[in-house]
Amino acid sequence: MSDNKIEMIGVNKWFGDFHVLKDINLTVKSGERVVICGPSGSGKSTVVRCINRLEEHQSGIIRVDGIELTNDKAAIATIRSEVGMVFQQFNLFPHLSVLDNLILGPMKARGLSRTEATDRAMHYLERVRIPEQADKRPSQLSGGQQQRVAIARSLTMEPKVMLFDEPTSALDPEMISEVLDVMVSLAQDGMTMIVVTHEMGFARKVADQMIFMDSGEIVEAGPPEPFFTAPKSGRCQKFLSQILQH
Amino acid sequence: MKLLSAFLILLTLSGCASSDVWGWYVIDPTTKSGWINIKFLINGMGNTILISLIAAFFSIALGLLVALPALSHRRWLRIVNRIYVEFVRSIPLLPMLFWVFYGLPIIFKSMGLNIPIDPFWGAVITLALSDSAFTAEIYRSGIQSIARGQTEAAQTVGLSYAQTMRYVILPQAIRRILPPLANQFIYIVKMSAFASVIGMQELTRRANELVVSEYRPLELYTFLILEYLVLVLIISAGVRWLERRMGADERS
Ligand SMILES: Nc1ncnc2c1ncn2[C@@H]1O[C@H](COP(=O)(O)OP(=O)(O)O)[C@@H](O)[C@H]1O
Ligand SMILES: [Mg+2]
Repeated sequence: MSDNKIEMIGVNKWFGDFHVLKDINLTVKSGERVVICGPSGSGKSTVVRCINRLEEHQSGIIRVDGIELTNDKAAIATIRSEVGMVFQQFNLFPHLSVLDNLILGPMKARGLSRTEATDRAMHYLERVRIPEQADKRPSQLSGGQQQRVAIARSLTMEPKVMLFDEPTSALDPEMISEVLDVMVSLAQDGMTMIVVTHEMGFARKVADQMIFMDSGEIVEAGPPEPFFTAPKSGRCQKFLSQILQH
Repeated sequence: MKLLSAFLILLTLSGCASSDVWGWYVIDPTTKSGWINIKFLINGMGNTILISLIAAFFSIALGLLVALPALSHRRWLRIVNRIYVEFVRSIPLLPMLFWVFYGLPIIFKSMGLNIPIDPFWGAVITLALSDSAFTAEIYRSGIQSIARGQTEAAQTVGLSYAQTMRYVILPQAIRRILPPLANQFIYIVKMSAFASVIGMQELTRRANELVVSEYRPLELYTFLILEYLVLVLIISAGVRWLERRMGADERS
């Protein structure tokens, strides 16, 4: 088996008549970090959501760790168990404590005992540097803390790949760096990651591969060096100059 | 506040007692006949409450059953739900009561079944049916109000559909479902008055019977209204307590 964690080959998707993904080709190797950027509505979230089947693609092939995504429920379950996801809106379970947010998946989906799951949860809460918040409700935490809990919640499932869909876009500016720091340290530990973000400082630091999307197409893809310094397409140039101005 | 104004109304009314419009003697607890009348009237309370409770129980169960297809991604199941809700919601209670009480036994008989429907069960079935369209809507909107992100987050940590419902969606939805459901109980209590027309001995029937023998509709129906008022005020206090509790839970 190759060391390709994710393969998307000629993937197309429509929402009704709207062609949202046009012939998407993307390969992510084990331990590789891919950053996707592009204007709002260009299909970045949809790409990421197709990888763990929150959205269904209509043509082309998506493989995760060698397993092809089809309607096969068992394959979907296997793939979801290997792919963690962090959402822009955190999506923590508001009725559960931080600790209970973290142990739900390991206990119910993985069959861990409460003690095992709690040990694991505390390990990852320390990893994102908020073990002292374990007994609080999500609503009692700041946005940055909530997003770190969400990252820890994904990590407790010990995924092989992590997907991040604009993880800092809903945060106040002063909280962005605490979340990015956690993501950088994950990257340093060799986690395979796909990150949708406009934080170009982060992208320069961790990305092995940059992708620029517009109108459902991958317009530009490649290593950060030529990508940032000499983007080929005009659309990408324009986009980068706009967001780098901030 | 409400209790206070009710009390004031009562005072005003009894202030008129001297005029020949009013004849409060009919329910004067200091006279023997007045006291007997009061006991006769209040005795209907048990049946009113019993009918309402049992009807509410069935409506809550039936409502969930009707709501689930509305949450399906299959179109025809959602259509089944819509037809039920729109149809049941548009039937006035009284015709439905007549249909259940006088009509349904004929259908049963034609099927060779001997299921008599007495006034008690006639009222319970009708109230439960009529109310179920509303409880179904309460369930549906309560469950749908839980953001899609919750389901997605549950899926990404590996939960199945049933686990997602049980551990993530329903515990959150219940906080939004319970208060309006309890509120719906007030509707049932008030509508249970219709059971009087098929001979059910509840509050309204009792007042009617006494009016026939005492010729004092003004006093007796005033008393009847106050009986419902007290009952409903108690229930709404309960609903408000529930709302506060649920709200506090959500914030903590
Ligand atoms: N469930 C959906 N139904 C219909 N259109 C959708 C849906 N989700 C997204 N879209 C549309 O698809 C396009 C791409 O969306 P998205 O992938 O969220 O873009 P991005 O994440 O790049 O902002 C947008 O035009 C959006 O309006
Ligand atoms: Mg998006």
